[in-house]
Parts: sequence; C-alpha cells; structure tokens
Amino acid sequence: MSETTVTPPETRNKLTGGGSAGRAGDKIFSGLTLAAGILIFVVLAVVSLFLVLEALPAMTAAPDQITSHQSFWSYVAPLVVGTLIASAIALVVATPIAIGVALFISHYAPARISRTVGYVVDLLAAIPSVVYGAWGYLVFGPALVPGYKWLHENLGFIPVFGQPSATGRTLLTASLVLSVMILPIITAQCREIFIQTPSLHQEAALALGATKWDMIRAAVFPFARNGIISAIMLGLGRALGETMAVTLVLSAGALTPNLIGVGNNTIPAEIALNFPEAFGMRQSELIAAGLILFVITLLVNMLARWIVSRYSEFSGAN
Amino acid sequence: MSTTTETSQQSPRPQRSAASGNTLKAGQLPSWSRAATLAGSLAVSAVIFLVAGWNWVPVLLVAALLFLVAHSAWTFAVEGRRHGQDAFWGTVVWMAFLLALIPLVSIVWTVVANGAPTLVRPGFLTHDMAGVTGVQDRLAQRGGDLAGGIQHALVGSLLITLAATVISVPIGLLTSIWLVEYSRGSWLSRTITFLVDVMTGIPSIVAGLFAAGIMMVFFEWQSGGISGGRQTMGITAAIALSVLMIPVVVRTTEEMLRVVPNELREASYALGIRKWRTIFKVVIPTAISGIASGVTLAIARVIGETAPILVTAGVATGTNWNLFHGWMMTLPVYIYRQLVNPTAPAAPDPSTARAWGAALVLIIVVMGLNLLARVIARRFAPKTLGR
Amino acid sequence: MSKRIQAKDVNVYYGDFLAVEGVNIEIEPRTVTAFIGPSGCGKTTFLRTINRMHEVIPGAHVKGEVLLDNDNIYESGVDPVNVRGLVGMVFQRPNPFPTMSIRDNVLAGYKINGRRLSSRAADELVEKSLTGANLWKEVKDRLDQPGSGLSGGQQQRLCIARTIAVEPEVILMDEPCSALDPISTLAIEDLIEELKEQYTVVIVTHNMQQAARVSDRTGFFNIAGTGKPGHLIEYDDTEKIFSNPSNKQTEDYVSGRFG
Repeated sequence: MSETTVTPPETRNKLTGGGSAGRAGDKIFSGLTLAAGILIFVVLAVVSLFLVLEALPAMTAAPDQITSHQSFWSYVAPLVVGTLIASAIALVVATPIAIGVALFISHYAPARISRTVGYVVDLLAAIPSVVYGAWGYLVFGPALVPGYKWLHENLGFIPVFGQPSATGRTLLTASLVLSVMILPIITAQCREIFIQTPSLHQEAALALGATKWDMIRAAVFPFARNGIISAIMLGLGRALGETMAVTLVLSAGALTPNLIGVGNNTIPAEIALNFPEAFGMRQSELIAAGLILFVITLLVNMLARWIVSRYSEFSGAN
Repeated sequence: MSTTTETSQQSPRPQRSAASGNTLKAGQLPSWSRAATLAGSLAVSAVIFLVAGWNWVPVLLVAALLFLVAHSAWTFAVEGRRHGQDAFWGTVVWMAFLLALIPLVSIVWTVVANGAPTLVRPGFLTHDMAGVTGVQDRLAQRGGDLAGGIQHALVGSLLITLAATVISVPIGLLTSIWLVEYSRGSWLSRTITFLVDVMTGIPSIVAGLFAAGIMMVFFEWQSGGISGGRQTMGITAAIALSVLMIPVVVRTTEEMLRVVPNELREASYALGIRKWRTIFKVVIPTAISGIASGVTLAIARVIGETAPILVTAGVATGTNWNLFHGWMMTLPVYIYRQLVNPTAPAAPDPSTARAWGAALVLIIVVMGLNLLARVIARRFAPKTLGR
Repeated sequence: MSKRIQAKDVNVYYGDFLAVEGVNIEIEPRTVTAFIGPSGCGKTTFLRTINRMHEVIPGAHVKGEVLLDNDNIYESGVDPVNVRGLVGMVFQRPNPFPTMSIRDNVLAGYKINGRRLSSRAADELVEKSLTGANLWKEVKDRLDQPGSGLSGGQQQRLCIARTIAVEPEVILMDEPCSALDPISTLAIEDLIEELKEQYTVVIVTHNMQQAARVSDRTGFFNIAGTGKPGHLIEYDDTEKIFSNPSNKQTEDYVSGRFG
C-alpha cells in the first residue's frame, strides 16, 4: 500500500495478482459448454447434409433406375398423400376429444379424481408406440370389421367406403390408432394451459353470472388458444412421424381413396418395412422419402410457431 | 368479455312455484332430472337393442346421443338458453372423457391380460430366442410349453439406452448450461435454441436413417468403399436414440436452470466464488431433482422406440453384449418381429404370446421410469421450507 | 482488516443508459455508511459497483475509479472474483443455499472454491462466524439441518455469517432488513453495530430511521426525473444529514416532503 491517493498505472495493484488458475477454469468450462452447443449445430448440419446427399441420386435418377420403374416423384407422391391423410384424420378425431378430456380434468371432474386422471393421461402418453401398434393390429382392427361392413353396405356410394378389408388392417384403422396415440399428448398439453388460466379472469366471469360454459368460452379459451394450437401441432408432428403403429396396423398397398380396404401407405411405414433389406438405389429412395418427411414435419413446426407468434399479442397470456 | 352479450339476450327466469320452498331454486330443474334422463335414454336404447338386435356398440352410441339431446333440451326449456348450452357442453365434455377411456382401458387390459400368463412362465426373462424354431412353437400351439424368452431383448434395450444416455446427457447438460449461464441472448444462442426445436421435431425413423447412414459412410471411408453391413450394431442405435434424446434433455435442463433464482448465483459470486464453481456447486445442485426427473422421462421415451432401432441395430435371436459388433435385439423390436414374422408362420400363437409378454415388460419398465421421475422430482426437490 | 473505499468520478451505465453519474465519495474504515434516497435513484446500483456485482447484469459497465485503500478495482487485469472476496455483500432477501446445511452455508465460500480446511479449523470457523452474526446460540444444535429451515431473520444472519466467514475487508448490505419483521430487524441492526468494529460497512436502506440509528455517515442519492442519471447529492455525518443538511433536496427528503 502506498501513501499516494492516485494509483498510477503499472504500480503493483495487489488485486491483479493470483487467481489465474481459477480464471482458466472459468474459460475452460465456458468453452466446453459452448462446444457442446456447437456440436448440436454440427450434428444437425450433418444430418441435413447427409440426407440431401444420399437422397440426391434417387431424386435425379431416370425412371427406369428406380426400383418401381417410375420417376421418384411419382413413387413418393402416394406415400406423402397417405401420410397426410392418416395424420389429418387422426388430428380431426383426436383434437376435440382431447380438448374435452383436458377440460374435464381442469374444470369438470371432481377435485379428487382429476389429479388421478391427469396422472393417468401422462402415463398413457408414455406408452411405446409399438404397443399401440400391437393393439391396433390384434384387437382394434378386427373389432372394427363389422363397422366397416356396415359402412360399406349403407354408405358404399361414397368412395372412401369401398370394399371393406376382412382383417380391419386399413388406413382408417391406422388413423384411429394414431388418434388414440396422440390423444394423451394433446390432452396433457391442453390441460397444462387450461389449469394456468388466471383464476382472476375466471372468477370475474363467474361473478358476472356466467355459467360454467360461458366462463370457459370467455376466460379459458382465449387465454389458451396459443397453447391449444401448439398442442395440436405437437400431436400432428407426432402423427406424421409415427412409424410402428402404422407399420403394424396397415396392410400396405397402392394409393386408393378407399379408407376401409386394403391399400395406402405412409412414408415412415414404407421406410421401416423396406430399409433393413435395402441397398444401393433402393436405399437412396428411402432416404429421399425420409428427407421429405423431415421437411414436412419442419414445415409443420414452423407453421405452429408462426401462428403462435402471430396471435401472441392477443392471447392475454402475459 | 363476450359473456355480457349473452346475458342481454337471456330471457327472464320463470318464477314458477315461488310459494313453495327456497325462491332461489325457482326455475331450476330438480336435482333428479339428470339421472332420470340418463335412465330414460338407456331404457329406450335397450328396447332398440331387443327389437332390432343391434350389438352393444351402436346401442350405447344411441343412448349417449339421446341423453345429450334430452338433457340439454329439458334444461333449455326450463332454465333458458344459456343454461341449456351449459348443460349441452358439460355433457359433451363428460362424454369425451368416457369415450377416451374406452381405447385406453382396452389397451392396458389387453396387454395385462395377454401378457401376464407369458410373463409368469419360468425362463421368459432369462432365455433368449437362440435355437427356438418353428418345431417348438408348433408343439406349444398344441399345448406344449412355450419356448424362448426375452433375455437378449432386455440386454439390448439396457445397453443401447444406457449408451444413448451416456452420449446425450453430457451434451444436453452442457448445451443448456451454455444457453442459460453463458450465452446472454446472443444470436448464436437463438440459433441453437431454434436448432434444438427443429431437432425435437425429427421423426424417429429419420433419426434412425441418419445414424445408419453416418456409420455406413464411416465404414466405407475406413475400408475403402464397402461397409459390408458393419454399421448395423448397438452403438449405431444408441446414436439414433441420442438424436432424439438430446433435445429433450436440453429443453428440460434449460427450464430447470432458469427456475433457479438469480439471488443464489449472486450470493455465490458475492462470496468470491468463480462462475463455473457456482454453476457446479450452487446452480446444478438446486436444479438437480428437476434435471434428473427430466432425464428419466427422456430415457422412458427412447426405451420404447422401435423404428430407429430396426434400421440401425437390426434383429437378433441371441444375446449380444457387445455394442460395437453384431446385430442386437431390443424389446420394442422384439415385439414387432414376433408379431410380423412369427417363429412358426403356421403356428403364430406362441409368438403372439411372447409379444404380449414383452409388451407387458416394456410397459412396466416405462411406467416404472415415469414413477421414478416423479419420485425424484418430489423427494429430492430442495427444501424451501423447514421441516 | 477493514479498508478505506474511495470512488472517483464513477459513472455507471446499463448499455448506453447512464444510471449513476459523477459519484465521488470517501468511506472510512471501521464505520457504517448508509445510502438513502428515493426508489430508482441509483443507490443500489452504486453499491453493486463497489464489488463489481453489477457486471452480472449484461451490458452494465463503469467509468471512473473505485479504490480499496489504494488499489483500483477497475484496473485492467483485476479479477472481479478477487474483488468480491474482499468486499462481501448481503442481499435484500435472505438467500441461503437451499441444498446446503447451516454449517455448509457458512463454509460455502471455502468449500465451493475448493479450498481445503481441516475439520477442526472448519468447526472453529463455523462457530466464530455464527457467533459473529449473533446466530450461534440459536443454531448450534442443528448445524446439519437445511439453512432454509430457519426464520427469515435467522436466514439473513446466516447470510451475514456466510459473508464474514470468508473474512472480507468490507461488507455491503442492500436493504438487508426490508424483508424482515421488526424484531429480526432489531437483531440485524444490533449486529451491524458490532460489525463495524472489524469491517467497513456500507448499507443501502429505504428506512430513514434505520439509517439514523445504525450509521455514522449518510449519503443521499437523488434523480432529477425518470431517465435521468442518479447523483450523490450530499454525504456527511449522519447527525448533520438528519438535523441540519446543507442541501435543500436532502432537507426535503429527510423531512418527508417527497420520496
């Protein structure tokens, strides 16, 4: 310590000494964490690059080089359509029921059972897809056969209810299994949001003499709209990429409007069925199909984000 | 709020029977009305059941619809439009719940009822499928003992999931630490957050394709052109599962780290403690229960994955303890193969029985992990209040 | 122990925003100095520049010099971690580490930094620090229980014990009693009185009676309006600030005319 009041630069400031080892620890650790983040960056870049490189031969190949002797695009188009139809049906069936169940848990069920039910729904969301597939293949599909027969006999003039399958292994069955699968996922997400609705808003509505349903419409739904949309998109993403349930349930075939008969296929099921034995051009075709699936799910995610950000300022969720 | 517009249109409440009883109850349906409507609907559909000879599914459907219409109409007539709507939607919500219950109960029941008899057989957990042929299965179908088991699949699931956890947890943990503690909202952190979101949406089969492809490229490069199928092994599947697991770990850890109050970090800095030590000794211990429960849930999710393993680790009948060589079986793939390619195509029942047994084991494992996650989250949460 | 603090032309910025402007102050060792002033006047911001805690907030930076005895803590090459080892801080809300026992909380500064202590030395340090924080008698039988199980006032004294365990020269306190009940506040105020025998204590408080009770010298901070930087208006003996301030603004404030 010197007696001067102004510290000239380059004097021995006692505070500068020591601690370099500790500082190195900080640098090393922060570098390590950053490296992990960049690794994710690299992995994803490699995934995309790899998919594109492996897919290119199939996408640019002449029709006679493709296994099914048609251009790649006419090979993959029916698969895309099948994937979209299955996911769309699953979504249309599951969404209203899921919202209903979520409302049941958050607002209608007696307090004692709502906790248990919510917990059970969480557990159901964790059941592996192969189990859903097995159930659809051996239990649910056969159980639907009489229904399909009835539909064909009474509504057969609509193309979607054509010649029914005898085993029930149809695209409609697969879609319904998918909807059972995504039901707990959408329910769990919606319930979270519904429960978070500020009780202040709800009590305000009730104090105005609203019935329970009025209150839900006035306070819960506006608050939860974004959450519901992202829950639906999450379910859609899951349905689009779901492989085993469809592979097991569907007796795959060419694209047909008949949803209750043999036929149709989805991208994930096509890959799972054929990839283990595929090599060369066939492998490239399947990877190209996988790339298209990846792009579709990516678009769905982006769309969800866009919708959510677009409406976020009106949601009242702030 | 849009309620007010409804209120203005509401018809005045009828003041019937004001003389008797509580006037606040005037104009309401009696409390037994719901039960009566339900009984009536069931009775009507039961008559249809007897007369037309339908089976029970359409009968229940008719009963439900009748109840919905009758109950809301009656409420509408007595209590007014808004209460009628309320009754309608309340009933719809209850029905959605009951409808959702049907398949879910059916799944659990099917798995338990079909799986339990197989599971209790001695040797099911300790034998693999090596040497099990169609001959034994044809015997079993005619009443003999069920041969074979799931040991190889249990070993495979254990090893592959373990390897995937070992790969993803450090990467996921470090990334989320960087995002929360170091990035300070830079463009790089926004990019990485976005990429993690993208990764969350990768279909599992695509993750499998990627892992298979990347290892194939590696072996082709190593041996000059031909991979010779050497990429099909346990570690390839572990890489595929890591691609699915890393984003989950990053997300949950990030969430948990953000919940740790800044006050604790500041308290630590004010004691002259370095940032990395603060993170290790203060921040992570405070968040560890949430992180551990998130990791457990991520494990529970990937242990049930089938498709990515099918295309990366193949299928096997014998027990393989080596992650780096040879094909490997896992529980989900085992279930799939037993169903789709029965050991004896002419006598598929023993294979189906084995599949259900394996499905029950898989569900027990997944549920166990979920319960474990809950216990961890509750039990090891830092105490904010004294005991 | 105990050092003199000297600030020379200190400006504090949050990004481009100038939060505190032109602070010059000299704080003697072994005294208690209180900073008072209306909300948002920059007293807490300035306090945090004395041990470089403001750097935790992205974009915050300082121009000027802060000297501890004669060493400028902002000289390039000075490690903020070393500064914080010398200048301890007690926060508004008690924040014991929830995962640690009472004993480990006291030893946190050593244990987390990886410094080795024999178990005898650790026991002595725990007793000494807790005694110094007037907490030893209350907790000596439950040192292995979680620190978060104590009452608010006890938790705050535990935080003070944790701070004095690392043997700093200066202790900064940022409204240490604002989350506490009157009895706990009294205990902390008594403690501050004892702490000044060994440490330089600087305390930010909203409570003027508290400033009058515990401090030897008082600094009054004020701002001209929102968006304008805070200034140190007056710094003098506590008695003078509260009985006969030389600045009109100070007089208005201490007589309760605003703030």
